[in-house]
Amino acid sequence: MSKGLKTAIAALVALVVLGLLAVPGLRQAVERLRSTPKTDEQARREVMQEPISTPTDVNVRAQMYWLSSSSPSALEPTAIQLPLSANPVERSKQLLNALIARAPDPKVRTLPAEASLLAFYIQPDGTAIADFSDEIASTMPSGILSEQLAVQSIAQTLGANVSGIRQLKILVHGQEAETLAGHLDLYGFFPVTSAAAVTPAAAPAVQKQTSTPTPAPKKKSP
Amino acid sequence: MRRTTELFLLARIQHNFAWSVSQDLYDSGILVGVPSKTIGLLFIWMIAVAQVFAAPAQSTQTPTTPAPPAQQSTVPVTPQTPTNPAQPGAEQPPPPQKSLVLVVLDPAHGGADTGARGLSGLAESELVLSYARLARISLEAQGMHVILTRQANEDPSFDDRSRIANAQRGGVFITLHVSSTGQPGTVRVYSQSQMALPQNSASAPRGSLLPWDRAQFKFIDQSRRLAELIQIQMAQRFHGSSEIPFEAPVRQLRTVGAPAVAIEISSVSVPNRAMLDQMGPGLADGIARAVVAFRTIYEAGGK
Repeated sequence: MSKGLKTAIAALVALVVLGLLAVPGLRQAVERLRSTPKTDEQARREVMQEPISTPTDVNVRAQMYWLSSSSPSALEPTAIQLPLSANPVERSKQLLNALIARAPDPKVRTLPAEASLLAFYIQPDGTAIADFSDEIASTMPSGILSEQLAVQSIAQTLGANVSGIRQLKILVHGQEAETLAGHLDLYGFFPVTSAAAVTPAAAPAVQKQTSTPTPAPKKKSP
Repeated sequence: MRRTTELFLLARIQHNFAWSVSQDLYDSGILVGVPSKTIGLLFIWMIAVAQVFAAPAQSTQTPTTPAPPAQQSTVPVTPQTPTNPAQPGAEQPPPPQKSLVLVVLDPAHGGADTGARGLSGLAESELVLSYARLARISLEAQGMHVILTRQANEDPSFDDRSRIANAQRGGVFITLHVSSTGQPGTVRVYSQSQMALPQNSASAPRGSLLPWDRAQFKFIDQSRRLAELIQIQMAQRFHGSSEIPFEAPVRQLRTVGAPAVAIEISSVSVPNRAMLDQMGPGLADGIARAVVAFRTIYEAGGK
């Protein structure tokens, strides 16, 4: 056996060994992809929807309100890096798109993955109008708790990252809807507690404090 | 002034009529020998006496003003007469009373609207109907009159359900829900939260009428007290339930012109229905006890 042939066989053996070593990793990757299947809507969004970007975009640590991983009946702020515009309307759109698409875990999601933001306006009096696609109603988990958490996650995320918004009105496919998914009233306006806009220098650390849907204030007995 | 003139004219007509009749009788020869002037005075006196006795009887009668039809825009604050709204599933209303005698139980959803659905096929609309039937038994055992907004698999609108409650007096409204999320086996009780609503002409205050689209806002304090009492009962029965009730803008509550709460049981995500069925008796008993406790607050008109 010539020396060249021996070298070739050795190289092939080495490659086979390397391939065998890589098999468990590949299997894990396949399992991971299988466990988090993309919905048609997510796949469509990835292909069709261009991320909103403006010339004033700056990477900041935005404070997003998703469900608490330890207490699914409450919201928890999570800081993520996001390119956000200085324009309040564009900034709000970027935030709400991220709120839908960038939940760190499906279990902490507050808005359905199938939903999309169709339009967003801010009126001079500080009233923000967010218009979502039908899926926000049709694929939302039904219930007072889940619907209230969904609206609060929108209001609190906007309040924490966009200044000047006083209240929020939610439309579904361009129209006023009676409820979000059968329970929560969309007739009125939801209050938004606006904080100072998050800047890179003043980026808050991830806080672990949670906020639960409005517990009623304790009232004195008569 | 006008009323006095009318009465004066009426007296003159009656006087002339009595005088004329007595003259006719005298002329006919029936009352021969009796002075005609005496007969005339006798007739006037008889009519006057009849009017005196008739007057108190008239004053005790309530003017028969028909109850205004239930409208989308306003709710009477204190309905004068109970009406039968003839809604699907509605029953005969109780006689009007000032005390708390009535509970309107609202099994949410129904018909094509199943509400929350579990993976095992559990439907919120079925579960809440079974809870409402159990609660009805417990409440009736406490002497309460109970009306269900639906008896079977129907789906009245939010306003239809509110209309059933708003057509009654002396009652509270309880809407029952089962969530699709939350810690299984727990119960949350909600009262209406204050929220900014769009201003429109239909919602402007009109005398003693409440705007339909914000009928609940006058009862928010009472509703919160009722929610507190029910939530405490739930916390005692279902481990993990909060002791403090919650506030939320619940669509069904907003148009109810009475103390009103929403009860949400968690959840349709349980692996089998038995767990939720086991909650039924405790839920019903807790609601009944809380309503009885609330009766004192309600009847005192307190908050």
